[in-house]
Amino acid sequence: MSSSTGLEPLDVTRIKADFPILGRPVDGHDLVFLDSAASSQRPTAVLEAMDRYYSEDHANVHRAAYALAERATNAMESSRRRVAAFVGAPSADEIVFTKNATESLNLVARSWGVANLRPGDVVVLTLLEHHANIVPWLQLAESHDVELRWIGLTPDGRLDLDDVDDLLRGASLLSVTGMSNVLGTVPPVAELAERAHAAGALVCVDACQSTPHTTTRVEDLGADFLVFSGHKLCGPTGVGVLWARSELLESMPPFLGGGGMILDVRTDGFTPAAVPHKFEAGTPPIAEIVGLAAAIDYLEAVGIDRITAHERSLTEYALESLPDRLGDDLTIFGPTDTEHRGGIVSFAFADIHPHDLSQVLDSHGVCVRPGHHCAKPLMRFLGVGATARASWYLYNDTSDIDALADALADAREFFAV
Amino acid sequence: MVNDHRTGRDDMSGLEDLYREIILDHYRSPRNRGELPVPPATRAEGFNPLCGDEIVVYLQLDDPAKGDDAVIDDIRIGGQGCSISQSSASMMSAAVKGHTVADARHLTRAFKAMMSIHEGELGGDGSESELDGDAAEVGEIALGDLDALKGVVKFPVRIKCATLGWNTLLQGFDDSGS
Repeated sequence: MSSSTGLEPLDVTRIKADFPILGRPVDGHDLVFLDSAASSQRPTAVLEAMDRYYSEDHANVHRAAYALAERATNAMESSRRRVAAFVGAPSADEIVFTKNATESLNLVARSWGVANLRPGDVVVLTLLEHHANIVPWLQLAESHDVELRWIGLTPDGRLDLDDVDDLLRGASLLSVTGMSNVLGTVPPVAELAERAHAAGALVCVDACQSTPHTTTRVEDLGADFLVFSGHKLCGPTGVGVLWARSELLESMPPFLGGGGMILDVRTDGFTPAAVPHKFEAGTPPIAEIVGLAAAIDYLEAVGIDRITAHERSLTEYALESLPDRLGDDLTIFGPTDTEHRGGIVSFAFADIHPHDLSQVLDSHGVCVRPGHHCAKPLMRFLGVGATARASWYLYNDTSDIDALADALADAREFFAV
Repeated sequence: MVNDHRTGRDDMSGLEDLYREIILDHYRSPRNRGELPVPPATRAEGFNPLCGDEIVVYLQLDDPAKGDDAVIDDIRIGGQGCSISQSSASMMSAAVKGHTVADARHLTRAFKAMMSIHEGELGGDGSESELDGDAAEVGEIALGDLDALKGVVKFPVRIKCATLGWNTLLQGFDDSGS
């Protein structure tokens, strides 16, 4: 594939070979994995890093004086520095490890939110959000009478920015996705953050879908909080990240209580540990944290900018070739140009329910996701109960999109009267 | 049973078991589709949180006070969803209409058993075998087209689709006090 960006195109054949699962046939078919928005696959380098950690370095962290425990602690803390550099955080102490992005968002809501929001205070969300960036705030609305306001959408699934300043007036927080997990829409986060800050609001970015695919710099985004998960960027499940500015983390009360997050415990109270350990109660997912750092190493060795360019050209190919092949039976939701969207395409096809569609595609080895994608407010806006969603990553190429088109054409034939 | 253009393809053979022609017929032409005035009818809503499917069951019993002896005078199905959930609800409505709540509960148990769902508190009555073999009736209710849904059991993810309408029916019985 040619590149107009001046970046060397990815050698997808070589990249595919790094991912053992992609070489395994499924029911006699080559695996056509188009569901990386739900969870990506892992390269051998990540699997080996975790295996090596368990084989050579494992003990509990931050507790013991013996050399093995020190190696484990070093592995975890060097991973923390790796993650900090990956998102451009000024200090590794601003990186809090959680079990997933959902927990990170709950941490922000329960710790920062409960400590700072009073009845009538306003949190601004968008109709693009995943339930993970909705439900914790709905819980605060219920328990603390916090008011939620919603930034709406244009018909093609971009944020409607017309009344954003009105919505932000008097708000305490804007929490916004870095990329819609349904439409692929990439909101203008930096611009929104500027307007939110001008209105006196803090900015939380749900970067689950953006961090794996585009260079992330917390300062450039204007974020005050940023969350993402490991398993969507070729890392393991079970580890998520919260980054927040250090003065926010310092001022926030602990979220979960237990071992590892304290300086002192008495019968009448406790003193929390310093940031970030204050937010990391219990034994952390050490191997997963090591695996996350290995995933970041892998992605950066390939080059995040090259991955962005590769996915953009795949998205262009899909937006052109799928309607060409399938005609009016295909409805693609969301922005029509790659300027405003990443490599996630939700669609409706030939009046075939997404669940049925996905079943037929599966018989061709093509993995797409049917459903509401944990974004029911967005589904209501689109006027559908569910969509089928295809999403790609560095290990996909145009042959995967062609396979999707072939399978869709067969599904149409299969369900034809 | 299946259209010619859907046969003779190895990679589709599993799918042919799932999407029997009678299922697609119920999907395209659902029976008892619509609403009933509430009250006197009752309305129950069921959701499949996995896929966003939604089924609404409207029930008109002759006399809810009769409990399990009440007769289902009328039933209507609303909502939207995949071919399996919609056709299963359609077949269910055709099967239970005009029968007693007791018979409908019996059929529900047997249907769930066909879907490999064995509920301890309901089981122990040998219902698993009732839809097997040549059994054409469960209790007083003719099986009819429901047998075509047998293939769903090979696709575990879809079992929830097939049982959505049935669980909503049970909820409707509870809501109507029968």
